[in-house]
Amino acid sequence: MSPDPTTTDPTTTDPATEPTAAPPTAAPPPAAHAAPPPRSLPGSGETRRHILVVLVMDRPGVLNRVASLMRARNFNIDSLSVSRTDKPQISRMTLTLHGDDVAVEQAGKQLYRLIDVLKVQDVTAEQVVEHELALLKVRATDTNRAEVIKIVELFKGRIVDIAPDAVIVEASGTEAEIDSLVALVRGYGIKELVRTGAVVMLRGAGSIEEALKL
Amino acid sequence: MTMTKGESLAGQAGGTPPRRSHVPGDGTAAAEAIEQARRAMLHEVRSRKRTRIGADALMEALIRQGADTLFSYPGGVILPIYDVLGDYPEIRHILVRHEQGGAHAADGYARASGKVGVCMGTSGPGATNLVTGIATAQLDSVPMVAITGNVPGSLIGKDAFQEIDITGITLPMTKHNYLVRNADDIPRVVAEAFYIAQHGRPGPVHIDLTKDALQQETRAEHPSLEDVIAGLPGFRPNTEGHPRQLKLAAREIAQAKRPLIIAGHGVLIAEAWDELRAFAEKTQIPVAWSLLGIGAMDEEHPLAYGYMGMHGWKHVNRAIQAADLLIAIGMRFDDRVTGSVKTYAPYARIIHVDIDPAEIGKNVAVEVPIVGDAKNVIVGLTKLVHQVEPAARAAYHAQLAEWRRESERSSWHGSGGWKEGVLSADFVVERIGELTDHVATYVADVGQNQMWLARYTKFRRPHSHISSGGLGTMGFAVPAAMGAALGNPAAETWAICGDGGFQMTSQELMTLAVDRIPVKIALLDNKKLGMIRQWQEIVYAGNYHSSHLPGPDFAKLADAYGVPAFRASTPDEVDKAIKAAQAVDGPALIWFEIEQEQNVFPMMPAGKGLSDLIETWGAPEE
Repeated sequence: MSPDPTTTDPTTTDPATEPTAAPPTAAPPPAAHAAPPPRSLPGSGETRRHILVVLVMDRPGVLNRVASLMRARNFNIDSLSVSRTDKPQISRMTLTLHGDDVAVEQAGKQLYRLIDVLKVQDVTAEQVVEHELALLKVRATDTNRAEVIKIVELFKGRIVDIAPDAVIVEASGTEAEIDSLVALVRGYGIKELVRTGAVVMLRGAGSIEEALKL
Repeated sequence: MTMTKGESLAGQAGGTPPRRSHVPGDGTAAAEAIEQARRAMLHEVRSRKRTRIGADALMEALIRQGADTLFSYPGGVILPIYDVLGDYPEIRHILVRHEQGGAHAADGYARASGKVGVCMGTSGPGATNLVTGIATAQLDSVPMVAITGNVPGSLIGKDAFQEIDITGITLPMTKHNYLVRNADDIPRVVAEAFYIAQHGRPGPVHIDLTKDALQQETRAEHPSLEDVIAGLPGFRPNTEGHPRQLKLAAREIAQAKRPLIIAGHGVLIAEAWDELRAFAEKTQIPVAWSLLGIGAMDEEHPLAYGYMGMHGWKHVNRAIQAADLLIAIGMRFDDRVTGSVKTYAPYARIIHVDIDPAEIGKNVAVEVPIVGDAKNVIVGLTKLVHQVEPAARAAYHAQLAEWRRESERSSWHGSGGWKEGVLSADFVVERIGELTDHVATYVADVGQNQMWLARYTKFRRPHSHISSGGLGTMGFAVPAAMGAALGNPAAETWAICGDGGFQMTSQELMTLAVDRIPVKIALLDNKKLGMIRQWQEIVYAGNYHSSHLPGPDFAKLADAYGVPAFRASTPDEVDKAIKAAQAVDGPALIWFEIEQEQNVFPMMPAGKGLSDLIETWGAPEE
């Protein structure tokens, strides 16, 4: 390890060594040849949809903790679905959100700070089965009911209730599939729409729950 | 006993009498006598037969966790606790005058002692008054257990008298919180709370107990540590740095020409100051520190470089901007440290050591992340790095020393300093440091006083500096110093505060007086909210709205509480007043009437970078 001669030292061109102007509004523009490249901020800045699987202890208030944390840390949850698992005391949340890679990693790390959170896994890049369930109440009369039913059948949905002026459609699939079904029947008039949000499971024999060390 | 202007105290100041203390473990005869009386009382009370209720389980659990001091204020729903409190003389109850004071005191106690601080308040307003103190502890990673009562379980959710959803309020500002509705849960919850509060990255844990849980009879036993850990499967902090990351870090260190260690609170929490010094000496890398990292390195050490950040020393910020490697240990690249991240340390690669994975990559992108306890990581790194001779870094060290000379010479030691006989704040804190041999516990409030203390007092002992860094809580100093004095009774304890912060929690003077807690308060009175005034002067074109702050006659105020007060308004009165306050057995206050318009320089304006420091403003040329 040899000392660096100050002549080749980039500090000689460091803005810190240049005289600083007193008024904060009139800082001198950095000399073009001397300015180092700006430090990159964490994250690529390219946002996309991420799916997180979160295993939590089934204790009072745990949903509140997760939701409150996401709000306080400025993450926007697109969907959240919670249910029990086969293990007593453990609940599973599937959470979808938009953000860049680092932001979502940060969300995961913040979730890990919660004492009741056991496991957070970003399955966005994994091979998964993704499903959500939707119920749609669509305006359908004698004249167009057959059309509606045809569309629903194409989407492997089914009619679960029929009234003179409306049908209730049950459909399941990925978020994108449900989106396109909704877009197609929107022309007939959607009276009501409810979606559960995505639930996912890894393809193959791997198990997020079994990987838990309890 | 009130004296002003430090007069007629020359005799007393000469020989400081041995300090009398009844703090347990202090070793004095008085403390010993009280301890014996306590034991006798303990024997007496425990033989009294009565049912064991939830409140007993709580007190037993606190004692089992090693709590010896409880900062608290009674109220309706926690009366069951106050009913049994007398049966547990192991715990010294400090009756604060406001719950906020109790929370800050528990915070100061924890920071000074390294143990978990405990505070308590009743439901509703008692609980909400604790909130500021809990948030302060959360932002500064201080281990604390805050206990509140709540209305009986059957009344929860009914908007009952003094009912508020306090666990909902503390949820985002605690490491964890509990609502306990059953007495049988109390032993487990308290044990978990203490475990969580002090392991991993420390933080406050809040326990809300319903009144009926406190009153129910219970036979629940206290869990073993193994049971506690087994009951918290989601809490497994990683304390060992990954060997591969350590190797990568060692390689970076071997290649670096201008490395700089930046130490934070984590070094102190991990009690890694000796390891840090050994690491710095082996690699000959200078050490800078954040506000809460003060004390991680003895400031007299040749490798101690200084305090960095918004109001840090110019030479330190300059070294950061010039560094080619930053070794950040137990700090979190707060915006007060980095300023604009885009222009922060433009030539530096960064090694970031933190026990909390969420801190890594949160504010700045880093090249080598290491998750682990600061002590373990430093020890691991020290083994892997090469021994570097001082001569090998001579040019670098010479450059840093040159910058330091320049910065200390040009540094603006307050606009008051240049006037003849005007009392400037930096002079006061420097003298306090000098006359206490730099090893007292110094508790800062928030604002200019905090920055003056951090810059000019010179800290030579770990945990000698206590400051509300993250939350910046005005009113912190006096109550936190109260806790610090009880948490580390061996050290002289000073609260350094401005007139603004002092007026926020001055009611604790009564607690200091009644419990004879020997806190010396240095009140830097510029009759202003100094930092606000400074920003208004520099950033808001001198629009001084609401920063002028008339205060009372502080000597009379202290006197009314029975706290001896001294006054100094010229530089030559300072030493006399400090010595006079030191000679008082118990609390004392010194009213320093300092220059009213002194600014803290250098200063980094908001949104600017470390290279854009303002050094002087509207002041005459030297």
